[in-house]
Amino acid sequence: MTSATSATSTTSTDPARTGRPVPSDELLVEVDRLSINFPVGRSGFWGQHQQWVHAVDDVSFGIRRGETLGLVGESGSGKTTIGRAILRRIEPSSGWIRFRGQYITDTKGEELRRLRQYMQLVFQDPYASLNPRMTVLQLVAEPLVVHGRAKSIDAARGDVVKLLGRCGLPEDAADRHPHAFSGGQRQRIGIARALALRPAFIVADEPVSALDVSVRAQVVNLLQDLQHELGLTYLFIAHDLSVVRHISHRIAILYAGKLVELADSDSVYESPRHPYTEALLSSVPIPDPPLQRARRRIVLQGEIPNPIHPPPGCRFQTRCPLAQDRCRHEAPPLEEKAPGHWAACFFR
Amino acid sequence: MSEANPRRAGATATDEFSARQQEVDEARASEEGQEGRPYELRAATQGIFGELRADKAGLLAAIFLTIVLIGAVFAPWLAPQGPVEGNPSTASIDPIWAGGTWAHVLGTDAQGYDVLSRLMYGARTTLLIGFAVVLIAGLFGVTLGLIAGYRGGRTDRWLMRWVDVQVAFPGLLIALIMIAVLGPSKTSLIFVLSFNGWMVYARMTRGVVLAAKERPYVEAAEMVGCRPRRVMFVHILPNLTSSLVTLAVLEFARIILAEATLSFLGLGLQFPEVSLGVMANGGRDSFFSLPRLAIIPGVVITLIVLAVNFLASWLRVVFDPQEREKRFAAGATTAATTVEGAAT
Repeated sequence: MTSATSATSTTSTDPARTGRPVPSDELLVEVDRLSINFPVGRSGFWGQHQQWVHAVDDVSFGIRRGETLGLVGESGSGKTTIGRAILRRIEPSSGWIRFRGQYITDTKGEELRRLRQYMQLVFQDPYASLNPRMTVLQLVAEPLVVHGRAKSIDAARGDVVKLLGRCGLPEDAADRHPHAFSGGQRQRIGIARALALRPAFIVADEPVSALDVSVRAQVVNLLQDLQHELGLTYLFIAHDLSVVRHISHRIAILYAGKLVELADSDSVYESPRHPYTEALLSSVPIPDPPLQRARRRIVLQGEIPNPIHPPPGCRFQTRCPLAQDRCRHEAPPLEEKAPGHWAACFFR
Repeated sequence: MSEANPRRAGATATDEFSARQQEVDEARASEEGQEGRPYELRAATQGIFGELRADKAGLLAAIFLTIVLIGAVFAPWLAPQGPVEGNPSTASIDPIWAGGTWAHVLGTDAQGYDVLSRLMYGARTTLLIGFAVVLIAGLFGVTLGLIAGYRGGRTDRWLMRWVDVQVAFPGLLIALIMIAVLGPSKTSLIFVLSFNGWMVYARMTRGVVLAAKERPYVEAAEMVGCRPRRVMFVHILPNLTSSLVTLAVLEFARIILAEATLSFLGLGLQFPEVSLGVMANGGRDSFFSLPRLAIIPGVVITLIVLAVNFLASWLRVVFDPQEREKRFAAGATTAATTVEGAAT
């Protein structure tokens, strides 16, 4: 335990460090015009009209090998849906997903099960996502056993203990049950499980939003250290901008199922293009009271639009301070406003 | 634990965290050496029977059932007489507490058969039928319910329609027809009762599976690449243990009574064979002259069902980690406060 923690603490000397690993140019994950609709009941007297929730609408992006893409959006914006679709848990209605250059949109059955070795998920809720009946050893060794990398749970013990140490868990953790651990430690167990198969790509679905503020940084640092060591690629999903800057190379902002901005982490923070991004940024408090008081706070009116009947034109028009007539008829395309900085707004 | 303390995150926090963690661990380690060992250790050393000792009703039930089981299983060697051994000259002897003899502790019935011996042979048959039916119907129903609930969609609709159709049929009528075809015997009784009894398991299993398969840890199991069978049996099925144990016990009681009913109608066990149900029904004929002939097997049936119920509530605690946590928390509050105190 001590060796593992000291290893973590030496690399994470400064929480605001900028030592993010440099990603390669090769695209590991590509999402191309992805749309996902869910059927929800029927309307009309005879139920002749199938109603759909347009959870994700025409979203395209790529993630380079070794990169962390932060995916940010409020509840119901479709961020979790995108994460699950890339992992092939949710069927896309249209569009393509490429992983390591291969189209995986039609992969199913045994082939899909095999694919799980290379892409894994870290869950939001570390309390519900660990089977309370299994020991930590069983939880972390299970992926190895089901993929035939280890003959039995006990045969994997050595590897599992090493992995647990790397994730900052005490040595005796292996034989205990998840309920013996705190939230932060459980999330470490969840990370160890996701890493057991040495995947190339990890979707982290709000991995810290269920945790105490005090442990969030530890878990984020752990994810970052592991990325350094193992060359991992992350899709890091979050519902606000406070956590993602630290870990992300690039940030994608999602609003009502549409990508509104996609840019380098720093340029999103320093020169946001989309009014929604500005509003999100202004909701992150600055830990400096005079500065915080002097700041103009953008408070959006109203709610995220109903995904069954999204507004015509720009989806943000109902709440946008810049909205004009054009926005109500025409959807702004995602355009490259500056090199590497994409935004979907007519006026920026 | 220390992680819950509000403090600024970063390297120093990590160091302090590990230091505090160590403190707590040490305090706990020294605590473990003393009396009042934490639950996990206790469970490891004493196993599931440590729990049984704390549960008085469960302990009594276990002792009673052990005696009944030994008496039933070894009836041919332990019973003073055969089940249909005797003649009118030994008829209607009173039990020992009403002035009878030690040769017939519970007396004899109107045919001169020894009641204790018949009770042992009867329990043998009754328990055999009860266990066999619960096992067969349970296995079949649970498997089907698991598949229906987990697969969903068309599989679910077809399997559940099958269940509905079978439930809609009057069970006794089917039993009559089937026994008429198969001929009355112990085997056909087990078959018929299983055939009529599996649907309730399927329905209950499906219901629990529908709820359980939405749990994040089930999704996690699928996500790491577990095959459907493993997800069903390793991750979903254990959620069913406590409800299944309860249902199996209730069904066990119902089957004892159903067997008695069928035997009474002449469709169950035939003459030389005896079960508790047969004895209770036989006792009805002479209920006013010799009430004990109906009361003794009736009391034994009641006690068996009661004991199995108590045992089931103990099993539920043993199989449910949350229930165990509750027990542990209730018993270990003092130990926990000492650990906390030592840490701060």
